[in-house]
Amino acid sequence: MKTSPTAGAGSADAATADVAVSLQHVNLSYGPKIVLSDCSLDFARGKVTTVIGLSGAGKSTILRLVNGLRQPTHGRVVVNGVDIVGMNERPLNEIRKKMGFAFQASALFDSLSVFDNVSFPLYEHTKFSREEIRKRVDEALHSIGLSDVADRMPAELSGGMQKRVGFARAIVNEPEIILFDEPTTGLDPIMTNVITDTIKGIQTRLRPTSIVVMHDMPSVYAISDNIAMLFEGTIIEAAPATEFRRSKNPIVQQFLEGSEVGPIPL
Amino acid sequence: MFRASTYLRDLPQPLPMARRFFEYAGGTTLMFFDAVRYIVTLRFRPSEAMRQTAFLIVESLPIVLLTSGFTGLVISLETAVSAVQNGFSFVIGGSVAYGTVRELGPLLTGIVFAGRAGAAITAQLGSMVVTEQIEALQSFGASPTKVLVVPRLLACLIGMPMLTTFADIIAVYGGYYMALLHAHISANTYWSSVNRFIDFTDFEKGLLKAAVFGIIVAIVACYEGFRTQGGADGVGRATTHAVVTAIILVFAFNFALSFVLFR
Repeated sequence: MKTSPTAGAGSADAATADVAVSLQHVNLSYGPKIVLSDCSLDFARGKVTTVIGLSGAGKSTILRLVNGLRQPTHGRVVVNGVDIVGMNERPLNEIRKKMGFAFQASALFDSLSVFDNVSFPLYEHTKFSREEIRKRVDEALHSIGLSDVADRMPAELSGGMQKRVGFARAIVNEPEIILFDEPTTGLDPIMTNVITDTIKGIQTRLRPTSIVVMHDMPSVYAISDNIAMLFEGTIIEAAPATEFRRSKNPIVQQFLEGSEVGPIPL
Repeated sequence: MFRASTYLRDLPQPLPMARRFFEYAGGTTLMFFDAVRYIVTLRFRPSEAMRQTAFLIVESLPIVLLTSGFTGLVISLETAVSAVQNGFSFVIGGSVAYGTVRELGPLLTGIVFAGRAGAAITAQLGSMVVTEQIEALQSFGASPTKVLVVPRLLACLIGMPMLTTFADIIAVYGGYYMALLHAHISANTYWSSVNRFIDFTDFEKGLLKAAVFGIIVAIVACYEGFRTQGGADGVGRATTHAVVTAIILVFAFNFALSFVLFR
């Protein structure tokens, strides 16, 4: 990842071996409300990049832009060298097949069992036999420490378990890019650690390009190779995790310290 | 001081209304043809379509039977005594069957189906929207039309004619028992009247109407479900809007189809 917040912008070709996803001068607004303004950021291939920022800053919107669920008003969103802005549904779906998305509220299909939820991407996109799908679902559930819930319904699981089942669904087809939306929000410290370890385990096992949105700083430091901060619609700092902690940007420092005093308006 | 602009602002604006109408008509039409594309190319899960069909029929059947049964009873009650008094007992069975098979059977079933199945579809899809389940589907590269609309469209397309068949039978039998008990008309008079007034093509055309109503209910309910905004309040509003729109369209298409089919 480039250390400059705008380094990704205008780079000759984002489809380098090092960059899996690149936001280039992205603007997004809903009516008069500006969500992102000239936002540029490269996401390094095979690394965990965490985007931090205030609540409502537009972090989750970045994940939706990368997945093509939102279209920017202006700018480019380049995934594996392909600009997905304005792309038709069919080629976009081909790109989405290589992505996993773990949603903030899990977004499990509540009418389907855990097994059917996790196997959904496999049934949709592969021609695996039932036995092969069963094997892969069992492996995915085992990897997140939930081997014995396959036959249960999502409503029968705790919030933390639902999050982990959401992870299993996101990784079951071993995607190249995994998007994690606020994976630890609303969880107790123990479950937060479990989720953090789960993400680290997924990264070790599959080596995907992970884009994580969260603001729980101990977890951010534990999982991130690179950290970027989004503030007022733009990336104000992006650096490897160790450098990011030493940032001289007063906004970043105030955020990291959780201080009420500083340039961030309350 | 009188300001015309203040009052004009509160009136329905013709251009935005027209735009909304064309957006709605265009959106539902595109969704319908998108779903047809998946059906024709057999890209859907038959098991899910069967599950939806069973669910929607079971949910709607008791209400359909009750409404159609009482309708048959009341038509017979209104016509039987006066028909007998005026020497027209041979028209009672025919009037019940004629009105039911051609008009009231499909129409009442369509209304009940819109209220029961249409509301269920919109509420379910609306809940999926507000809990990000639809976005989850899209994020995996799956089409919500293929996964969610097609099974429900097929379920309504199959379910409505089946329910209408039950409704027709119950209404005609209800009319028979009312004629028998209230006006003491013989079974032979009643059933020969039914045979004389309607033929099988009337029944077929009634089922064709029912199939069209099934498509209307499915598409409107799915479209409204996908357009849901906000939380529980939004789901409630979408569900109400879906039922009202579907019922109005069922009435409008019933008139149009009667005009075309029974002229």
